[in-house]
Amino acid sequence: MVSVLAFIPYVGVHYAGLGYLFGVVLPYLAMAVLLGGFLFRMVDWLRRPVPFCIPTTCGQEKSLDWIQQDKLESPSSFLYAAARVLTEVLFFRSLFRNTKAKMHKGPTLAYGSSKWLWLGGLGFHWSLLVIVLRHSRFFLVMVPDSLQLLDEADRFFDITLPAFYLTDALVLATVTFLVLRRLRDSKMQVISLPADFFPLFLIIAIIIAGISMRYVTKVDVMPVKALMLNLVNFGFEPPGEIGTLFYVHLFLVCMLAIYFPFSKLMHSGAIFLSPTRNQCNNSRAKRHSNPWNSAIKFRTYSEYEDDYREKMKKAKLPVDKQ
Amino acid sequence: MSKYTPKSSELKKEFEEKPTILKGDYLDKEWWDIPVEFRDGNWCFPAKPEVVENLGFPNPRKWTATDSDWKLPVGWEKTISEGLKSRLKKYRSLKLFLDSCVRCGACADKCHFFLGTGDPKNMPVVRAELLRSVYRHDFPLVEKILTGFSGSRKLSAEIIKEWHMYFNQCTECRRCSVFCPFGIDTAEITMLARELLNLIGVNNNWILEPVSNCNRTGNHLGIEPHTFVQNIESLAEDIEDLTGVKVEPTFNRKGAEVLFITPSGDVFGDPGVYTMMGYLLLFHHIGLDYTISTYASEGGNFGMFTSNDMMKKLNAKMYHEAKRLGVKWILGGECGHMWRVVHQYMDTMNGPADFLEMPVSPITGTRFTNAASTKMVHIAEFTADLIYHKKLKLDPKRNDHLRTTFHDSCNIARGMGMFDEPRYVLQQVCNTFHEMPDNTIREQTFCCGSGSGLNTEEYMEIRMRGGLPRANAVKHVKEKHQVNSLVTICAIDRASLPTLMNYWVPGVSVYGLHELVGNALVMQGEKKRTEDLRENPMAGFTKGDDDEE
Repeated sequence: MVSVLAFIPYVGVHYAGLGYLFGVVLPYLAMAVLLGGFLFRMVDWLRRPVPFCIPTTCGQEKSLDWIQQDKLESPSSFLYAAARVLTEVLFFRSLFRNTKAKMHKGPTLAYGSSKWLWLGGLGFHWSLLVIVLRHSRFFLVMVPDSLQLLDEADRFFDITLPAFYLTDALVLATVTFLVLRRLRDSKMQVISLPADFFPLFLIIAIIIAGISMRYVTKVDVMPVKALMLNLVNFGFEPPGEIGTLFYVHLFLVCMLAIYFPFSKLMHSGAIFLSPTRNQCNNSRAKRHSNPWNSAIKFRTYSEYEDDYREKMKKAKLPVDKQ
Repeated sequence: MSKYTPKSSELKKEFEEKPTILKGDYLDKEWWDIPVEFRDGNWCFPAKPEVVENLGFPNPRKWTATDSDWKLPVGWEKTISEGLKSRLKKYRSLKLFLDSCVRCGACADKCHFFLGTGDPKNMPVVRAELLRSVYRHDFPLVEKILTGFSGSRKLSAEIIKEWHMYFNQCTECRRCSVFCPFGIDTAEITMLARELLNLIGVNNNWILEPVSNCNRTGNHLGIEPHTFVQNIESLAEDIEDLTGVKVEPTFNRKGAEVLFITPSGDVFGDPGVYTMMGYLLLFHHIGLDYTISTYASEGGNFGMFTSNDMMKKLNAKMYHEAKRLGVKWILGGECGHMWRVVHQYMDTMNGPADFLEMPVSPITGTRFTNAASTKMVHIAEFTADLIYHKKLKLDPKRNDHLRTTFHDSCNIARGMGMFDEPRYVLQQVCNTFHEMPDNTIREQTFCCGSGSGLNTEEYMEIRMRGGLPRANAVKHVKEKHQVNSLVTICAIDRASLPTLMNYWVPGVSVYGLHELVGNALVMQGEKKRTEDLRENPMAGFTKGDDDEE
């Protein structure tokens, strides 16, 4: 599926000369879908109420003064709840807890620490972030010092020409790991859907196209930067002479952007909203209100007493009505 | 042992022969192609028609899970589809949890039912996919077009059977949610899925009968007021026989300072009754001005396993009764899901309780500011505070015949965050305490395997399998530290763990925390104690021997 996708721009640009479509129209369209879609999904989640205060408490709650509260895992103030979510986003804290269960003779269950998924996931996501930030040099006339620094740090191992990016290797290694674990672990085989492989393969293809452009075919970056600057300034100038591989790279990025809001990739937005993580564990101290708190009729004491009055009197229980 | 319980040697053999966690070969199979098989020991009896009628729930009828036709009501597909749609509007949690899973698999081997059955549909991710696949088919546009791609499927009677099976092989324990990088909570999904199933009359008698009883008589067991009183009074007599101290609990008394509510299992079930004796001794020891209600005589709330409205309806009695009696605040006994309801739902559903006062311990003067709004305090917090301020006269030697470990109950752990109070109390009332391994306690605790209304005889096979991880951890401390007592603060644990221990770890008894408190309390005017509340001899306290204290 991904290779078919990669073939489209190759044919389109190389044979049909549709550089304008693939270089200008499609990127605009993709960005519109990504931003509009992402915003729509977020708003769609946010407009739904959170009826109850349901944090998953992973540490000691705030109670008696002399009992040490786990402020991060059982937060009682907004600040700590925010920190809980942020450490989840930045460091994948819950995933860090991951264990692997094993059955031994006995039967005896054992749970070993299993940090590979955490490490792989973290490496993958951080590399992607650095790579996206690095790409900003194509979108900005003047690259800010901080990004320049990031770029230099990433080129720390100056072993190839042009200088090799650490994150290129890291992202390839981690994405390969993420694919392999879905193929090799029998549990992962059962739960993985084509929709889980597709974005991984798409990202792999984007990376390979990108790396090839930089290290193999050495696409001339000047017209690329000109095209990108034109795009970020909402211009409609046709692109200059750029190698076809660039169009493959760009097209796949556009596909990823279009696919994003409709897919599980929206976990990037959802993670901020998860009610089991972003709420305070203070539901006994402070009332959480439910906008639709349904009206129900419960069995009142007087109905109960009406049914059992004689028996209650016999048992010498006080009654409201004689 | 009943016909629903497999021989433990057979289960052991199964685990020895196939030591992998996931059982079976699924290389060329999709999970949705695996048929659902009901057999003895893996399904709960459906609710009796009269129970369903009594509650005004839909589709009362006689049926069993092994029937090929479940006699679903006309238009049931629409009921489910619209039920799901309306719940997606009401719960951001549901929508988010259905949308955001990336199937990373971190939750897969965290579920006690998966560890005990090896059934792929017991991986929390797949449990949620059971619902998600139908949701994907009905809702988001693009994924609807790409059926095979996104694993979506059309609702069918077969899927209802699958839901019934697997949403009843989830005890809403939230362990998976601890490990999920997005905090996806399968308990939330199971709760709402069970709500949907109840809409078309696919139900569980062991849940709905207590719900119906609780509505009518005030407690799950359907105990009428006079019997309820009689039973507590007979426990008071037992206490007098054992200790020589006469405790005098009051019932439905207006103007008491505190209303005490505990699960009815503590009043009627063995070994819960010993925990009740512990409470009664404690309250007498400190001279607490409290009363027990026969109307709000149930701490537990099986409504939670039925529907949100039912949870609210049953829970409403607590505040209603507190208001009628004019108490200042409410003290709650040892129970798991009761405390999930009290901690996370009660105030929202039936509050604000502005007719009550900020709970203050009349003995120590401690203000329970953490319960400032609900006005309900957990007994472990209350007792920990008493002990910390040295208000109890305790002799931990009286528990020397017990070598203890502590089982964190799921809801107290992951739905409330109370870990240290019960441990503090336990370590003050007994001399020998050993923790189970790290990955099996506190927020990573394993369920007893029978929570959320599954503690029924005919479900024994699934219960024993689901309880394996817990039992295994107990076995570890039994072998390493000669632990013989599993202490817990949950009524369902007290009811279900003895069976589980007998099955996997014979020689370990199950205790409530306040039973041990009751053993250790040195009461004013007591006679010489030689036996614990179970009338078992205490170590070093032989009759006629005068070395006590």
